[in-house]
Amino acid sequence: MYNERVMKEFAEPKNVGFIENADGVGKVGNASCGDIMEISLKIDNDIITDAKFRTFGCAAAIASSSVATQMVIGKTLDEALNIKNKDVVETLQGLPPQKIHCSVLAEEAIKKAVEDYRDKKNN
Amino acid sequence: MNRIYFDHSATTPTSEEVVKEMLPFFTDIYGNGSSQHSHGREAGKYIDIARRQVADAIGAKPGEIYFTSGGTESDNWAIRGVLSGYKAKGKHIITTCIEHPAMIKTLESLQKNGLAEVTFLGVDSEGFICLEELKNAIRPDTILISVMTANNEIGTIQDIKEIGAIAKANNIIFHTDAVQAIGNVKIDVKEMNIDLLSMSAHKFYGPKGIGVLYRRNGIKLSSYMTGGEQERNMRAGTLNTPAIVGMGKAIEIATRDIDKNNKYVSELRDYFVAQVESKIDNVYYNGTKSNKRLASNANFSFEFIEGESLLLRLDLAGISVSSGSACSSGSLEPSYVLLATGRAIELAHGSLRFSFGKNNTKQEIDYCVQNLVKIVQDLRELSPLFLIKKGENKYV
Repeated sequence: MYNERVMKEFAEPKNVGFIENADGVGKVGNASCGDIMEISLKIDNDIITDAKFRTFGCAAAIASSSVATQMVIGKTLDEALNIKNKDVVETLQGLPPQKIHCSVLAEEAIKKAVEDYRDKKNN
Repeated sequence: MNRIYFDHSATTPTSEEVVKEMLPFFTDIYGNGSSQHSHGREAGKYIDIARRQVADAIGAKPGEIYFTSGGTESDNWAIRGVLSGYKAKGKHIITTCIEHPAMIKTLESLQKNGLAEVTFLGVDSEGFICLEELKNAIRPDTILISVMTANNEIGTIQDIKEIGAIAKANNIIFHTDAVQAIGNVKIDVKEMNIDLLSMSAHKFYGPKGIGVLYRRNGIKLSSYMTGGEQERNMRAGTLNTPAIVGMGKAIEIATRDIDKNNKYVSELRDYFVAQVESKIDNVYYNGTKSNKRLASNANFSFEFIEGESLLLRLDLAGISVSSGSACSSGSLEPSYVLLATGRAIELAHGSLRFSFGKNNTKQEIDYCVQNLVKIVQDLRELSPLFLIKKGENKYV
């Protein structure tokens, strides 16, 4: 069902965990749907210097979160906000149709983490 | 180590003894069993033998055995055949909400098109139906009660004899999907008052693509496939002689060895369950711990983990298991069987079925448990739910 690229990412995900004193955290999904994705960011001067994730979900959800964290590190906040779910799918060289929603969760988790940072900064 | 196969409820390897029995029927005894000449009669003779082997295994008469393509066809035929055979009496059917999709999807579709009215009985936390609830569901226009002998996900074995007695007392046809049960549960159709029974050879070390519908003599059933006159005009299509011969041999062996295999496999299963429960925290055993469970079946929910990732990590470690039923994998739905037993939706997402077979060994179980412990730990470290539970997440 999954291609080799997805399986590789699933078998050896990068950036697993939670950043202590994170500057922004985004958590999306819920357990009853079978997916919860949480991305935490370290942000310095509007640049994402570190990202970690924790995911309860299927192989596609884990692979998508792993890829998303790798994509945002080194990016500015605006660049991170521009990451679309299809970019995650492209990096993974494709996901099965019924698993596309996992890449959408990854996009949403990034957005939510950035928003969380901006909310905290503005208050 | 070779790959480990713990998914015998999905399918079993065809035993070598069975394959050996089948081989001559591809190249030597290749006649069409329905032909009148010697080639055909020769093949027909072996089909008769297989029919008797199947009949003997369940206490039926050979004339009550109809070969089909498998469990799904047998289930479809039983439902549709009874609906059309007993049209004058009504169209109400009583079944359970934990039947195989071959039953549930068929009944739902018939109900949607106004061709049947279906009552789906619920189950208790161990997967058993309530016999009082069954009795209360009976109506004057009830034409069929269909309850699976053993469940494919959690292995619960229903009280088929008692259900058969209830059906008989109320003059209602009783069908059971015994696809998971044959070879694992002793069945006597007369003693258990079974009118229709579905089975599939590949679940008991026979070939794929061949099954049987048992029909008690006298039960009105419309034909399913139309065409030639095979199977007493009830199921058209050239008989698959090699598969039929293989099925006959497989059911003969399964019946002969049932006690030996059940003892061996249940010991493996019990050892596995004890290991998992002692070495992994926050696991929930799904189904019953009583002996009214398939000897081969163990089903666990691992809290904080989603079943598919666990299945695929085990696969990477060389172990084949199943999450929910094989037919629902790839869908995003949690197990409807576990939801019916009252399991929380999160736990229904995180279930794994291990189904053991006669060729498995204790060493394989040890290897599996060792890997399972590590994989569960790894995936929990990945899971935000796990840390919430441990109270380490500051953002809850």
